[in-house]
Amino acid sequence: MNFSLSDEQQMLADSARRFVQGGYQPETLWHQFAELGWLALPFDEDDGGLGAGLVETMVLLEELGRGGVITPYLATVVLGGGILRRADAGWRARYVPDLVAGDLQLALAVDEQERVFAPENTALEAREEGGGFVLSGRKTVVLNGDQADRILVLARTSGEPGDQQGLSLFLLDPTSEGVTLTPHRLVDGHRAARLQLDAVRLSADTLIFPKDTAFEPVRQVLDEAILALGAEAVGALTVLLDDTVEYSKTRKQFGVPIGSFQVLQHRMADMFMALEQTRSLLLAATLKTLEGHDDARQAVHALKARIGGAGRHIAQEAVQLHGGMGMTDELAVGHYFKRITAMDGLFGGADQHLAAFAAG
Amino acid sequence: MDLKVPEQERHFREEVRAFLDESLTAEILEAGRKTTSVFAPVKEVMAWQRLLHKKGWVAPHWPKEYGGTGWSVGQRAVFAEELVRAEAPPLIPMGLQMCGPCLIGFGTEEQKAHYLPRILSGEDIWCQGYSEPGAGSDLASLKTFAESDGDDYVINGTKIWTTYAHHANRMFLLVRTRRDGKPQAGITFLLLDMNTPGITVEPIVGLDEVPEQCQVFFDNVRVPKRNRVGEENDGWTVAKYLLTFERGGQDYAPALGVQLQRLKQIAARQTTASGGSLRDDPVWAHKVAACESEVLALSFTEKRIKSALSAGKDPGALSSMTKILGTELQQRVTELGIETLGSQALVWQPQALVPGGDDEPLGPEYALTGMAAYLNARACSIYGGSNEVQRGIIAKAVLGL
Repeated sequence: MNFSLSDEQQMLADSARRFVQGGYQPETLWHQFAELGWLALPFDEDDGGLGAGLVETMVLLEELGRGGVITPYLATVVLGGGILRRADAGWRARYVPDLVAGDLQLALAVDEQERVFAPENTALEAREEGGGFVLSGRKTVVLNGDQADRILVLARTSGEPGDQQGLSLFLLDPTSEGVTLTPHRLVDGHRAARLQLDAVRLSADTLIFPKDTAFEPVRQVLDEAILALGAEAVGALTVLLDDTVEYSKTRKQFGVPIGSFQVLQHRMADMFMALEQTRSLLLAATLKTLEGHDDARQAVHALKARIGGAGRHIAQEAVQLHGGMGMTDELAVGHYFKRITAMDGLFGGADQHLAAFAAG
Repeated sequence: MDLKVPEQERHFREEVRAFLDESLTAEILEAGRKTTSVFAPVKEVMAWQRLLHKKGWVAPHWPKEYGGTGWSVGQRAVFAEELVRAEAPPLIPMGLQMCGPCLIGFGTEEQKAHYLPRILSGEDIWCQGYSEPGAGSDLASLKTFAESDGDDYVINGTKIWTTYAHHANRMFLLVRTRRDGKPQAGITFLLLDMNTPGITVEPIVGLDEVPEQCQVFFDNVRVPKRNRVGEENDGWTVAKYLLTFERGGQDYAPALGVQLQRLKQIAARQTTASGGSLRDDPVWAHKVAACESEVLALSFTEKRIKSALSAGKDPGALSSMTKILGTELQQRVTELGIETLGSQALVWQPQALVPGGDDEPLGPEYALTGMAAYLNARACSIYGGSNEVQRGIIAKAVLGL
């Protein structure tokens, strides 16, 4: 048992922190990520990647979270790339090099309106016809959906919503006939889209996994996305705590810094503990998943529940302790507050994951 | 970064299990099951201490030269986990966890040679004379005075919340030896024999009707100066060292995990009006899951502390966190305990909790301990430096407020 970073992992953390602090250009961000090798991190060396694991992704995402960087990393590398890593060699040869070079952005479309988030809850239908498939229905909150060159669409090819069997994943060119994309922002500044499919015809070779078997790989990828989100959350929550402590040392009322009041000190001590407990669950979930422990998925559920619960606790306290300034768009605290709030809403909320943890 | 368990530790776990299987007698196990506090029934727990001493496993955290085991941090954790799993009663901590380490750190060679072997063997039972009626969280304001008189100190005053003073034959205590200057700078650390003339011990009956705590009165009690640990007026240094040990040296998660598993077994036996079991009731399950995920996080916080210790690093603030989180979870688990038991938790049979007693439980045996444990657990956020004091330490030492 060991929780220290290797020299290489530490170098990755340091370079990510320098990059984030160094004032990057948002327009060229993605190609800089490519040059730094970050887009290649999780892919096998045989496919043109760096063969790094979940710990490296965790290290990078914590720093991006700390910097409040808005990127399509989760959508393209973690979600889209996660699917490609599980697809057969033909898919990987065709798409990984472009992705790693920064020339291909992806999105994974799972979420549907009025259906509680869960891959097995997918209703969008893909009907077999003439050796291909016809897809009709709507996906919502497709992260990076407006910028993605290709969208991976989870659809039902048999069975009923709720069945793990009968799900298939299609690679969709968003310029295909019958596709309507409505781009929008998320509350935290990330980009997303609503995806409407009206009798979109796809050939059989757009099917990424054998028909009806997409559930398991999609679920694994969503687990990895929760780990990535957890790392980003730990980075963001660290800033929320640090900024709040710093603010309480400089903001004076009644002639003294407000941080000298015991009632506020204890609340900040609670924020600190909530953050460290989140970090502990991030390590538990990441290392258990990486090493294939039996209870890995339980730890992932616990982590996601905690991102919601502890995230809300820390972020709300951060705004409260900043007083009126916490309500403005000027301070970083407000932006991190919105990012943390968004994290609970993605991939199922805290209650849903706690219920899954209880059932596990 | 990895969670790999060294081969050596896996074998070690088997060795510990085998020893526990053959050594824990029915009487000792009964005392373990009926322990509703940090402090186990004296007779049985001292019998257990003697067995551990014979094996050489009584003080794994002590340096080897003084009777420790020389185990790695990982082995010590394995040992602690297995003790909890086997439901062995926890050893009385005042000698092994508190006084012993202080003597190792600050005692004279003579004091170490005399007292340490007697702590290990259980020949001496120690109690801790820190708090006073007017000095709780503000410990440095203590007033019990030790007047210098030739080769002796003469002590007058009183100590309170002295756990097991009525069972102990020794006390380590803080006394005032100087009235002027900073309060911390006039405190001295002493050892005394509880049979010294002038000492009166009055047990205090707790919410659970058990006289676990005491008040101790000192009326011209003579203590030889050779029983002083550290320098005169420098006892605060020794006391602080001990408090750090008391706070950072304990893992809470393994015991909490076992208690939650037991709670689930009990809930599975309770039938609800809908015909299902309480275990499957969504509200109950949600509360237990919230607690369980917090315990999972705490177990990794504790692993992080151990990993830092193994690497020779100071875990710093993380160890001050575990006292707060561990004790508050302990309280939540005991709350869930009485909620799960419902009216059964109200049946009050303190005599049935005495090991080897004649009283048969009126309800199921598992229901006996729930309320006593709940009542006793209210203390854990108060003792060892209240959780408010601990939050103050985090604010000051970690956040720099």
